[in-house]
Amino acid sequence: MLSKRIIPCLDVRDGKTTKGIKFKDNIDLGDPVEMARFYYEQGADEIVFYDITASSDRRPIMLDVVRKVAETIFIPFSVGGGIRTLEDMRDVLLAGAEKVSVNSAAVLNPDIIRQGAEAFGSQCVVLGMDIKKVPVSDKIPSGYEMVINGGRTRMGIDALWWAQEAERLGAGEICLNSIDADGTQTGYELELTRLISTNVRIPVIASGGAGVPQHLLDVLNEGCADAALIASMVHYGTYTIEAIKDFLSENGVKVRRFW
Amino acid sequence: MIAILDFKAGNLTSVKRALDHLGFPCLITNSHEEVRKADKVIFPGVGAAGKSMESLRELGLHELLRERFDAGIPILGICVGLQVLFDFSQENQTPCLGILPGEVKRFPEHIRSAGGDLLKIPHMGWNAVKFEKHHPVFREIPAGSEFYFVHSYYPQPAKEQLTAGTTEYGMIFTSAVAFRNLAAVQFHPEKSGKPGLRLLDNFCRWNGS
Repeated sequence: MLSKRIIPCLDVRDGKTTKGIKFKDNIDLGDPVEMARFYYEQGADEIVFYDITASSDRRPIMLDVVRKVAETIFIPFSVGGGIRTLEDMRDVLLAGAEKVSVNSAAVLNPDIIRQGAEAFGSQCVVLGMDIKKVPVSDKIPSGYEMVINGGRTRMGIDALWWAQEAERLGAGEICLNSIDADGTQTGYELELTRLISTNVRIPVIASGGAGVPQHLLDVLNEGCADAALIASMVHYGTYTIEAIKDFLSENGVKVRRFW
Repeated sequence: MIAILDFKAGNLTSVKRALDHLGFPCLITNSHEEVRKADKVIFPGVGAAGKSMESLRELGLHELLRERFDAGIPILGICVGLQVLFDFSQENQTPCLGILPGEVKRFPEHIRSAGGDLLKIPHMGWNAVKFEKHHPVFREIPAGSEFYFVHSYYPQPAKEQLTAGTTEYGMIFTSAVAFRNLAAVQFHPEKSGKPGLRLLDNFCRWNGS
């Protein structure tokens, strides 16, 4: 039986990790390679790096981080943030990431998903989706709309439609981020996660809102998520991955217990 | 020296990085001369069976693999590297190497968990492998250890004795095989944390018997 995955997410700016609260007021948390090693040894099932470096000429710093991480941990990890072209994807994968995640660039140019899947295989291509809850309308029948620029720009695209379209184009996995829940630590957007996860055949990672282990239990059960992304609750030392897995396991969720 | 067979099949550097970490000299190559000099061969793979077989044939590696197998050199197949060892793969209806009898099939479209949930395809993530026989490559791996899988097709050996390990995903399928100097796994030991590194370390120390 497949285990549900617990995935710490590290935001990286100019080669250093940060944790954004609602995409503002980032504070410095240190070296991404050391944090990756720490979580690997603690039993993380996968690690997500999100590059929030503003200027593209500093991208080589991130690639250097990716290379060092690949020599240090022997579990899958993905890299997202600022991925716009096939060339960007290739750079990250050759540096040693298992997967690459595209977000805004795919909303603006869906063909990048098809190109990436064709060149590297679907298993490498993760679609990141930033989503905002809106009133149901003809244009947004699911009541969830795609947004970009950290939630500032609404795209007029229905999230459910986009998830299914991305699957058709060859995305291998979806990482859902609820802009409304992100950084609140009040729980994942369960309704959204369930809606997307039960309407695509590819794995769905829930993200945004985790504060206590019960939130993971809820999103993996009620939300039907295949994996849950966590950040603050482990970065600030409030919980260990092991403690979260113990809790999930005691409550009947299948997780990886030996590492 | 361990040769990691390069047949343009995805990310080979992750296997090399794992071997570097374990301290075993290795080389990513498709040179026949280098492969013949190597005392072990790792045959990884990501991607489709059709394209993999096409690349192997183009590079003449299909015959070289058979030759190295017959010469008794220890060989480790990983993922698609396991699948193409069989006679045939349903993926792209591909005739394969035929070193092992059997075929590779797609997971049934409506595969369900014991609890009745429709399971996702590909089978992607961590799952347990039950090793069913004592074998030097699979030794000292704690019971219940999980490995990282990404695949939509699974091997079905024609002979039961080939199966060295099984995994449950809506059905029980063969996730590890062993035959003479050949061992092969459906999962990715290079991405499976400590149990995966243990398996690679075992292989690197194995003389093939």
